[in-house]
Amino acid sequence: MIAVTINGKKSEVERGTTILKAAAALNIKIPTLCNHELLEPYGACRLCLVEIVEGDRSTVTTSCNYPITKPLVVETESKTAVKARRMVLEMLLARCNTSPELDRLAAKHGLSGSRFELRYDDCILCGLCERVCREVVGANAITFAQRGAERVVVPPFGGEAEQCIGCGACVYVCPTGAIQIQEDGDQKIIDRWSRVLELKYCKACGVEVAPAFQCDYFQKKADLPEDFFDLCRDCRVASR
Amino acid sequence: MKKIESASGLDAYRDQCRAERDPDRPMVTVCTGTGCQAHGCDKVVELLRAELEKAGLGKKVEVKTTGCHGYCEKGPLAVIRPEGILYQRVKEKQVAEIVSQTIAKGEVLDKLLFFDSKTKQRIKLEADVPFYRLQERLVFGDNGYIDPTSIEDYLAIGGYQALQKVLATMSADQVLAEVKEAGLRGRGGGGFPTGRKWESAKKAVGAVKYVICNADEGDPGAYMDRSLLEGNPHAIVEGMMIGAFAIGGTAGYVYVRNEYPQAVRNLQCAIDRARALGLLGENILGSDFSFDIHISKGGGAFVCGESSALIASIEGEVGEPRAKHIHMAESGLWGKPTVLNNVETWANVPLIINRGAAWYKSIGTAGSAGTKIFSLVGKVKNTGLVEVPMGTSLRKIIFEIGGGIPKNRSFKAVQTGGPSGGCIPEAHLDMPVDFDELTKIGSMMGSGGMIVMDDQTCMVDVAKYFVGFLKEESCGKCTTCREGLQRMYEILEKITFGKGTLSDLELLEEMAPVIQQASMCGLGKTAPNPVLSTLRYFRDEYLAHINDKQCPAGVCKALTADVQA
Repeated sequence: MIAVTINGKKSEVERGTTILKAAAALNIKIPTLCNHELLEPYGACRLCLVEIVEGDRSTVTTSCNYPITKPLVVETESKTAVKARRMVLEMLLARCNTSPELDRLAAKHGLSGSRFELRYDDCILCGLCERVCREVVGANAITFAQRGAERVVVPPFGGEAEQCIGCGACVYVCPTGAIQIQEDGDQKIIDRWSRVLELKYCKACGVEVAPAFQCDYFQKKADLPEDFFDLCRDCRVASR
Repeated sequence: MKKIESASGLDAYRDQCRAERDPDRPMVTVCTGTGCQAHGCDKVVELLRAELEKAGLGKKVEVKTTGCHGYCEKGPLAVIRPEGILYQRVKEKQVAEIVSQTIAKGEVLDKLLFFDSKTKQRIKLEADVPFYRLQERLVFGDNGYIDPTSIEDYLAIGGYQALQKVLATMSADQVLAEVKEAGLRGRGGGGFPTGRKWESAKKAVGAVKYVICNADEGDPGAYMDRSLLEGNPHAIVEGMMIGAFAIGGTAGYVYVRNEYPQAVRNLQCAIDRARALGLLGENILGSDFSFDIHISKGGGAFVCGESSALIASIEGEVGEPRAKHIHMAESGLWGKPTVLNNVETWANVPLIINRGAAWYKSIGTAGSAGTKIFSLVGKVKNTGLVEVPMGTSLRKIIFEIGGGIPKNRSFKAVQTGGPSGGCIPEAHLDMPVDFDELTKIGSMMGSGGMIVMDDQTCMVDVAKYFVGFLKEESCGKCTTCREGLQRMYEILEKITFGKGTLSDLELLEEMAPVIQQASMCGLGKTAPNPVLSTLRYFRDEYLAHINDKQCPAGVCKALTADVQA
């Protein structure tokens, strides 16, 4: 176990625990936008900045991906850390002003707006959608493309996300609401990924099961009988 | 070619190579570096060979094509040996005369000699030309003597002797101790002590360890690594082998830009030749040391020169940096302990082994041992590659070696360290150049780029140019680098359009430290340097743009008189 002191509170953590997790265990909240407990730390949004103090020297670092491997003294609300975090928020606010989550964080940090020119993008490139699709769902339907200010998350080669199973995980994790999923007749549509999926209905009762592509994906992945998704869950249970 | 399986076998082969190469034999060495190729050296070489043949001297006089000699401004360069006469800016039509006069009769052609504008005299010998005389070309000097595609040439000048010494007489600990003691620091930009890096990787547990050569030279105007790879690739191969021996490395990678075709070719040739001779592969020279080197070609992203992005790229992933909270000495390429050094760093290693740490430390400054190769470009008379001991003043490099500013203009600033270095004003020209001094005044050594600017340069425009370059090359992964540099660029653009305000300057100064502190990798962490250094030393120019709506250097089009009128 390794000793850490965060905002004056002392605790012991297992080697490799991130500062963010160690802080959470002490009930110290550090704001994040690109972090999710199910996903590998990514360190893109830079909002979880904290200050590590070593004697009279200090460094600013992201807490989400910093593994504790030696005793540390960390300040999450120091002047330097808060100033840096405010600047990060100001940059993000100028990029995207349609996110209630961002507005909430801004208000909490005493920011009423941004000094930079507004850009009206709805995506802050936190990468949660791309990672949840790759790491959790395993569909790999979307990817980052371009670099620098041109960076975007898109389906491969910019067309329809042909590997998208319409599970909606990306919609769920998106902190800005940039990804929406809709149903239109017998189709499920994710506009952002140009994805249109035909829905499959239960052969017995006619209720919606899931997009047909998703049924095929899980049937193959879990090696289920080919007719497994012909019935909805209830009818399947009843037929046993 | 037969594999050499012992140290004595290599000695014998080296003796044979030396015997075949009388240092006093007549020879013309022609620089065929990329710069001289642009000047048409290939044709000069072809004509030289034809003329010599015609004159019946084809067998007697060898024409050797070498890598870059460094004096790119004056190319194509030809050196008549053994005298060492330097002919510069050799044109095709002058080749016949060179053969009939100088080579056949020993008569020197004045018009092809270097003209020293200070003394108003022609200088005959390469060694006497100020550009060369004032340098100390320990790493780069061999470029002028060897054909980079000939391992025999390299052996004849003592190549692979350091490797032999290491294999025959030193333990891995001793090699490490020697490099640590020498005080060698990373030439790629960071200046991290090479020995300490090696020590961490040596200590790391693992049966598989890698050494990598970072040859992803991407700074605009910098080409010392390219010239070393093109001109003396075996020095890098030998350096990597010694590094691998020290840390227990099992394989090596050279990550080189695909935009450097000649470097890739010559390096591949060097690796193939070394392998054929048994200097790479299993049980090298009969020892139990086995090691091989592979080339990995980059796809053109500047950020791939950053160590973690470089590794991602070799692994076949997108070339984006990763968090480096765990050192690559413990977990680098494919999660294995890895040492990554720059081209020039590797090329220094055989020197240290051959001549010892004490000798190496005697060159340079207390904190920065050895020499450094700079690529001196921009508004300077003698554009080229310059190798000087650490601690040499900027003034000596720019005004004595570089010959000063052309067209009687005056010096304004020199930008060191590549696009994310700082702009240094006249007041600091006498400062000794080493890793620590450059950092102190807000710039950095970087990989050794040196861009000289004259009084017709607008420093706001310069800052805009470099931030523009960096924002284009930012991978875009982290907010501070992606958004921060884009916004910095927008503000600088606004100022150059005459629409800036004083609060814009405040905002720039507020953003800069956050981008430095909070960005994920070295690109973002150093990117504000051009803005901060120009604000520090040339603030009055910013103020002229903002308050007076004027560009003192007359560069910013929106603010020049004829547009306003």
